[in-house]
Amino acid sequence: MAKHHIQAQVNGDEVEFLCETEETLLDVLRDTLNMTGSKEGCSSGDCGACSVMLDGRLVCSCLVLGCEVGGRRIETIEGMAQGEKLHPLQQRFLEHAALQCGICTPGVLVASKALLERNSNPTETEVRYWLAGNLCRCTGYDKIVTAVMDTAAAMRKG
Amino acid sequence: MAETTTNGHAQSVVGTRTVRPDGVDKVTGRARFGADFNLPGQLIGRVLRSPHPHARIVSIDTSKAEALPGVKAVITRADFADQPSEFIPAGEMMMNYKDVVRNVMAREKALYEGHAVAAVAATSAAVARRACKLIDVQYEVLPHVIDAVEAMQPGAPLLHDDLFTVGVEPRPDKPSNVAKKIEIKQGDIEAGFQKADLVIEREFKTAPVHQGYIEPHAALATVSEDGTAEVWCSTQGHFIVRAHCARLLGLDIGKVRVTASEIGGGFGGKTVVYLEPLALALSKKAKRPVKMVMSREEVFKASGPTSGATVRVKMGATKDGKFVAATAELKYQAGAFQGSPVQPGVMCAFAPYDIEHVYVVGYDVVSNRPKVAAYRAPGAPISEYAVESVVDEIAKKLDIDPIDLRMQNAAREGTKAAYGPKFGPIGLEETLNAVKKTEHWNAPLRKWQGRGVASGFWFNIGGETCVSLTVNEDGTVSLVAGTPDIGGLRASLAAVAADELGVPFDKVRPIIGDTGSLGFNFLTGGSRSAFSGSMAIVEAAKQIKADLCARACKMWEAKPEQVEFSDGAVRPLGALAEKAKPMTIADFARVAGKTGGPIGGVGRINAQGAGPSFGTHLVDLEVDPETGRATILRYTVAQDAGRALHPAYVEGQYQGGAVQGIGWALNEEYIYGADGKLQNAGFLDYRMPVASDVPMIDTVLVEVANPKHPYGVRGVGETPIVPPLGAIANAMENATGIRFTELPMSPPKVLKALKEKGLNKA
Repeated sequence: MAKHHIQAQVNGDEVEFLCETEETLLDVLRDTLNMTGSKEGCSSGDCGACSVMLDGRLVCSCLVLGCEVGGRRIETIEGMAQGEKLHPLQQRFLEHAALQCGICTPGVLVASKALLERNSNPTETEVRYWLAGNLCRCTGYDKIVTAVMDTAAAMRKG
Repeated sequence: MAETTTNGHAQSVVGTRTVRPDGVDKVTGRARFGADFNLPGQLIGRVLRSPHPHARIVSIDTSKAEALPGVKAVITRADFADQPSEFIPAGEMMMNYKDVVRNVMAREKALYEGHAVAAVAATSAAVARRACKLIDVQYEVLPHVIDAVEAMQPGAPLLHDDLFTVGVEPRPDKPSNVAKKIEIKQGDIEAGFQKADLVIEREFKTAPVHQGYIEPHAALATVSEDGTAEVWCSTQGHFIVRAHCARLLGLDIGKVRVTASEIGGGFGGKTVVYLEPLALALSKKAKRPVKMVMSREEVFKASGPTSGATVRVKMGATKDGKFVAATAELKYQAGAFQGSPVQPGVMCAFAPYDIEHVYVVGYDVVSNRPKVAAYRAPGAPISEYAVESVVDEIAKKLDIDPIDLRMQNAAREGTKAAYGPKFGPIGLEETLNAVKKTEHWNAPLRKWQGRGVASGFWFNIGGETCVSLTVNEDGTVSLVAGTPDIGGLRASLAAVAADELGVPFDKVRPIIGDTGSLGFNFLTGGSRSAFSGSMAIVEAAKQIKADLCARACKMWEAKPEQVEFSDGAVRPLGALAEKAKPMTIADFARVAGKTGGPIGGVGRINAQGAGPSFGTHLVDLEVDPETGRATILRYTVAQDAGRALHPAYVEGQYQGGAVQGIGWALNEEYIYGADGKLQNAGFLDYRMPVASDVPMIDTVLVEVANPKHPYGVRGVGETPIVPPLGAIANAMENATGIRFTELPMSPPKVLKALKEKGLNKA
């Protein structure tokens, strides 16, 4: 079967690509568009390392087919910083040492940003449940949760 | 002049919470991990794995696969020369190339489900997948054995007909699945137990658990026509990858260059090779780069895990609480090839305590499971869990506070550990005191809640380490280390370099160099990389300082005793101070060409004097009597860091280790069917802790300086996973009145135990 010809928007840029039916959005991002910031930890939607925003909704890009994203808007970790300015979450993850190996970090950041966009004042429990789909094996989550809550507090102050 | 702090330096970056130099790349998605490397013209490699837990490989026909368009190479056992049996120390573990070559590619037999049998390289992943299906492997399926205790029984299916138990006299005349028996003895065990007023003996079982790094194994390799080879891979030790690959492929070590990618977690599981030699062999055949990445299922079935085990512990104490004698028997699963971490399990079992009469015996047992790999303090969590459970029971029977009982028997400076060494300054008592002083220790508990405490020990290692420091033309410093940075190593090493040379932290750029850029480095493991790396940096900086002093002497026509290096500059002393001005590193950088050429130092050491690290954990949990689920409510870790180079990343080690331990204690396990196949090879069914499973993990950094290290550093990475198993089991006992002797204490198991006692109603 011929490949699908897809046009979509990634981090504000128009992109077009060809993909096989079986290729996931994660495959397309990593292998076709060379955007390797989204990580593959399980390819079954259990680890969240491939988290991206699809039309404003948080998804595991390993569970979306490349041929499904025609005309849609995708945001990845590569689009999180604005020019030279890191997103406040990125900055506070650094300050709080909220990453160790860093493999889960892109997905955790994308998911955390999605949380703060819908809830600017989450409780610790809300942060923990929101991030329950993002596995981290290094940090024990403590510094991640602290960094997210601290960012939320700072962003509320403006 | 600035106040002098650590190690006599005016500036102290060490001990502060700097932003890690590799951080921005990691929060922006720029950092390149194992699977993020690509080369022009690369092929995709894929492994065909055995569907059987135990089978003789009668024949492998690859002709149909080779004929498939797009397939560029197929490899099998025929592509690897056999290796002689020879044991080589590998950090905390031992290895044998005869087994390594068989583990990366099955030879006579497939020994576990998922064992590599063949591999292909093709123009796309889809073609590689189709090619694997076209390989015809004829198996003669054999009876299998999964459990180590069953594997020890006479008549159990034999994995290796040339495996004779070592450590038994006389040498057995029949092969068995018991590779090794090891013992440690101290004192007179029978006389010791005669002094005891109370003797407790219990048997414990733990399930095999996986290291669970989120990044699957990945490698990209290319071999040129002249036999030079390059590998990019996710590993804890690229020099070790180079050594193994050179050996398995018959290449000169100097012709193999290995670059460690950023590593997405290892915990011991990335200290061995799986894909690297296969990618090289495929590339050698195809004459094109070959990239290979494991799926999560492959990670579970064919890499890691650590041993499951059966441990019997017997301890005797006087009525006043003095431990007088202790014995333990450890049976550890090694997986398909010998080499479980039973040796460190034996060493560590009673190490936290000063006990006169000790006997520990351990058995290394093979069975039809993936060959175990190191996992954070390999072997120690298992044996210490059993001991800490019995210690808790002794405390209860004697009505002694469990912290006081541990304090009374704690190993301290001068205690001779049963496994050999006499301890120098150590911090076990300090961690016990620290925990006792927390508000946590006295906080009230409700029904179905329980609190548990346990201590833990890991010996830590040093080893071969090489780092370089180069002063650049503008006075900035390049730091090259050769041990992959998993959890903030570059931040720690850059802080030491900044303090040693008196340059600002942000003027030091630390990187992890490839195998061509430094002398041999042993891998990141044994909690050694910050300990040894900082020692080597002190050496390298010493060379730079001596060189700059010599250059100053030439420039100022001075004698060596007229100059000294302090606070980041060479300073003229005495009368010379009136003629010459101090010169900073940056000043020398500007005139480097005229004063002798490039400025730099290389620290080459075999680091000795690793200081053991002790820790004590405190945990509160609540059991839901309707479901059997235990929820961790509160957690405190106190551990001796010697000196925390970067306190936030030391805390991170404590917190991460505690949560891995929570997973081990409560949920994680390899589940096999009667068919010998793994039933939960994925993150949905192999349940690691997620954010909503755990509370904040409070930490207390205890610092009892290691006198053998210039900054007092002890390794901190491994000890944190040792106490959680015992602490949680003890908390479960306090919450339910039931002593659980099998891990994991998963909801079905807990519910069953509650039902048996008629407790399953709130």
